Amino acid sequence: MNIIRVYGLFLRHFYLITRSFPRILDLIYWPSIQITLWGFISNFFATYSTYYNNAVGIILTCAILYDFLFRTSIGFNMLFLEEIWSRNFTNLFISPMKISEIITSLVVTALIRALIGLVPAILLTSPLFGISILNLGIYLFFLFLSLYIFGITLGILVSAGLLRFGPSFENIAWSTMFLIAPFGCVYYPVDILPDIFKNIAYCMPLVYIFEEARNILINQTVNIKNIYLAFMLNITYLLIAISLFYYSFNQARKKGTLINIGE
Amino acid sequence: MTYLVEVKNLKKNYASKEAVKDISFNIKENEILGLLGPNGSGKTTTIGMLLGLLKPSNGEIKIDNMNFEKNRIEILSKINFISPYIELPKKLTVKQNLIVYGKLYNIKNLKERIEYLAEKLRLEELLDRITGELSSGQKNRASLAKALINKPKVLFLDEPTASLDPEIGDFVRSFLEIYKKENKISILLASHNMNEVSRLCKSVLMMKNGIIIDEGTPSSLIEKHGRKNLEEVFLKLSKDKNEYN
Repeated sequence: MNIIRVYGLFLRHFYLITRSFPRILDLIYWPSIQITLWGFISNFFATYSTYYNNAVGIILTCAILYDFLFRTSIGFNMLFLEEIWSRNFTNLFISPMKISEIITSLVVTALIRALIGLVPAILLTSPLFGISILNLGIYLFFLFLSLYIFGITLGILVSAGLLRFGPSFENIAWSTMFLIAPFGCVYYPVDILPDIFKNIAYCMPLVYIFEEARNILINQTVNIKNIYLAFMLNITYLLIAISLFYYSFNQARKKGTLINIGE
Repeated sequence: MTYLVEVKNLKKNYASKEAVKDISFNIKENEILGLLGPNGSGKTTTIGMLLGLLKPSNGEIKIDNMNFEKNRIEILSKINFISPYIELPKKLTVKQNLIVYGKLYNIKNLKERIEYLAEKLRLEELLDRITGELSSGQKNRASLAKALINKPKVLFLDEPTASLDPEIGDFVRSFLEIYKKENKISILLASHNMNEVSRLCKSVLMMKNGIIIDEGTPSSLIEKHGRKNLEEVFLKLSKDKNEYN
């Protein structure tokens, strides 16, 4: 792994973001709107729901966590799509960058993109709604880490699809998160789901992450098993996603997709 | 004889067709080899394999005495490519693009390298301009600077002067001649501009339907086919419909 090459690709996206005020605004705008909206809904439920009235901000906290996942995943896809849209794909893939270096660089850049959007949104929650996500304590870090890994995993999977099938896969890139969201149990406990959906949900790390976030906020206890299961599932899916990315790259070289995407 | 590029029995099959059918050729050190052929003759596929964007179905590519498939990353650090069909990121300045690619190629003394290329390619005034706002000629020179950022041993050029006005086209051709002479690099030039090929290339490969149908120096091909210039040779070989199918 050559850190200078990783930095080079990061720099390409850093220049892109910092040169354009609308791009920075776009990164901040959507998370802030999302959090504000869920903040008011959260306040409403906290006032009128017996389930939520002991823990104001559960929905809002989960909304922030979900938004972090969403931004990380979409951020990774955006970085990859940016190369296709700018017709720079060929230049990137004829440079001596290893696949591992490309993934590493995009992983780091996606995190920074997500944080640019999320930090202002989190800062908004305290003065507007009197809620701090820091109430999750030290476990907040583990939940964020789990979501980050899963977001990156989804991003790598979608990028593998883009590599293999070309820009026609772009629509899938946008819809992945919406497909997964119902099984993630972001805003409701897993018990709400029908049995068949429950089985699907338990195969994904999201359900453990959001169940645990609610558990910490409502019961003030920590179930390490949930965090552990989420982490193990994440590592499994991440390894599958990386393997698939390598496979897609090799397939793209065989089928000629790389050369078609590039022009 | 030192060959920087050695291509042996190269084939590329797709599901529905054979794009390149068993071609072999070499490029010497300090040589410009022209690659000619009508659209669909297999030139782009050949260049794609030489750049590692395509995996050959059969055959072997060696660059600087290294097998491409086994040393892909090391070889990519020694070659580069320019084509009007690919672009540098439009929103970045020329200098930012050169810095980014300098890092991707892990170039030492990058600042000096950028200054050198900017001077040689008349880019000094353009370094802080947004790449997407440049004219075709300016973009072409910026892309050429990117293609030379790593001091490549082998440069692949696909229609390097397409869409350029005659003056800029001439500047690019003169620059390539001088740069090649000074740096002893090998160049594979795919072009439909026969004057350009006649001027720059010592030898030429003619491709059609995925095979090399003729090769030689421009003058020997003109003489062999009894034509006045390379363009007429190209037209003759392109129109011979069935001979090479």
